[in-house]
Amino acid sequence: MIQLSNIHKSFGNNHVLKGISHTFEAGKTNLVIGASGSGKTTLIKCMVGLHVPDLGSVSFDDRDFHALDRKEKRLLRQEIGMLFQGGALFDYMTVAENIMFPLTMFSEMPEDEKIDRAHFCLKRVNLSNAYHLYPSELSGGMMKRVAIARAIAMNPKYLFCDEPNSGLDPKTAVVIDNLVQEITQEYNITTVVNTHDMNSVIEIGDNIAFIHQGKLSWSGSKDTIMSSDNHELNDFVFAAELFKKLRP
Amino acid sequence: MLQALQHIGRYFQMLYQVFSRPEKPAVYWKKIIYEMYQMGYNSLAIVAIISIFMGAVVAIQTGLQFDSPFIPKYLIGYATRESLILEFSPTMIALILAGKVGSSIASEIGTMRVTEQIDALEIMGINSQAFIIQPKIVAAVLFFPFLVIISMSIGMLGGYLAGVVGGLLSHNEFVYGLNYWFEPFHITYAMVKTLFFAFVISSVSAYFGYFTAGGALDVGKSSTKAVVYSSIVILIINFTLTQLMLT
Repeated sequence: MIQLSNIHKSFGNNHVLKGISHTFEAGKTNLVIGASGSGKTTLIKCMVGLHVPDLGSVSFDDRDFHALDRKEKRLLRQEIGMLFQGGALFDYMTVAENIMFPLTMFSEMPEDEKIDRAHFCLKRVNLSNAYHLYPSELSGGMMKRVAIARAIAMNPKYLFCDEPNSGLDPKTAVVIDNLVQEITQEYNITTVVNTHDMNSVIEIGDNIAFIHQGKLSWSGSKDTIMSSDNHELNDFVFAAELFKKLRP
Repeated sequence: MLQALQHIGRYFQMLYQVFSRPEKPAVYWKKIIYEMYQMGYNSLAIVAIISIFMGAVVAIQTGLQFDSPFIPKYLIGYATRESLILEFSPTMIALILAGKVGSSIASEIGTMRVTEQIDALEIMGINSQAFIIQPKIVAAVLFFPFLVIISMSIGMLGGYLAGVVGGLLSHNEFVYGLNYWFEPFHITYAMVKTLFFAFVISSVSAYFGYFTAGGALDVGKSSTKAVVYSSIVILIINFTLTQLMLT
C-alpha cells in the first residue's frame, strides 16, 4: 500500500501539485488519470523519488520515503519496479542483460540462476524468443514487455507504469494492460499506472484517481467512473465521441 | 558569472557522487575495460594518422628554418622530438580526443538522460553518476597516456620519413638529433599533462551529457558544449602546468 499525504510540488512559480492525498492499494491496479499537464507525471516522479515534494509525504507500507536515509532509500528502491513511457532499456545491453541487470547489481545470485530468472520473466511476458536481441531490434510493444520483465525481475512490491500504452496500437495496448493487471494480482503488487487512455481505465481500473489542475478531483473505480457527476471528470472521460455514446 | 559559478559548483558536486563507493566493484571493472576499448582502442587509428602527419610536418618546417650551413642538420631530429614530446602529442591529441571521445561521451550520456535510462538507474537504487561516469574517467586516465606515447613514437616516425626519405638529412643525423640532449623530465611533464587532460575530457563531457534537459536537439547542444568547454579547459591547464613545471 502506498499513501500520499498532502503532496505539494512547484517548479519556480508553477504550482504543479496542490495538496494531493490518496491511498493506492496492494493487489490492485491503481490508475492516475488526467489531461496532459495536469500533474500526473510529476506525481509519479514524487512517488518514486525522482522529485522531492515541497510538502507532504509518500509512505510505502508506513515507511515515509523522503524521511528515510540514503541507505534505507536504496533498499526501498529495490522493492520498486518501474515501466517507463519509452521502455528505458539500456541500449548497449541485450534483452537478457537488461533483465539480469538489477539481479547483478543487488543480489549474489549465481549466473545460472540469473539466466533462469531472465528466461522466466521473458516467458511471463510472452517474449521467450527475444533473449539475445538488442533493444534496437524490438518493436515498441516488445520494448514495453521487456521493460515489464525487467521491472518484475526483482519481485517488486510496488510497480509504477508511466503511460504504458503511449505509442502502441489498440491491440498491443490491451496486451500490455492485461499483462500489468495479471502481474499485479499474481504477485499482490501495489501497482500505480499513470495514463490518459480511457480504454485502459475501462479495462484495468480497479482504483482510479483523477487529477485536475494539480488537485485530486475525483477517486473511484471503473464501475463508477461513467456515472460520476464530477464535471471535470466528465469533460475528460466523455471528450471522445465513442465515450459520449456510452454515457448513461 | 553566476551561471558559470553554478556550473562549477554542480560539476564538483557531480565529482563527489562519481567517486563515491561503487555498488558492485566487479561490474565497474567490466565497464572500465569496455570503456578502454570504446574510447582508447577505437581512437588508435585517428591518433596514428594525425601523429604521423604531425611529425612529418614538424620535420619539414624545422628543416626550412634551418637552411644556414652553420646550423647542424641533426637539430631537425632534435626539434621534432622536442615539439612532439612537449606539445604536439599531449596537447594536440588531447584536443582531438576532446572532439572524438568528448562528444561521444556527452551524446551517449545525454541520450541516456532523454530516454529515461538514467531515471531507470536511479529508481533501481543505483548511483547513476558513479555507475555511468566513473568507469569513463578511470578508463580515460588509464588509457590516454598510452595513446600519447604511441603518438610520440609514430610522430617521430613521420618526422623520420619526411626528413630522411624526403632528403632533408641523413638517417644518422636524424637519429643523433633524436637522442641529442634528451631530458627525461619532459616525458614526465607530458604524462602529467595527459593525465589532467584525460580527466578533463571525460569529466567535463560527462557533466554536459548528464545534465542534458530536453530532447534530441539538446543532446546535440550538450555534445557541442562538451567539446568547446573541454578544449578551453585543456588550454588553460596546459598553460598552468607549463608555467608550474617548466619555468
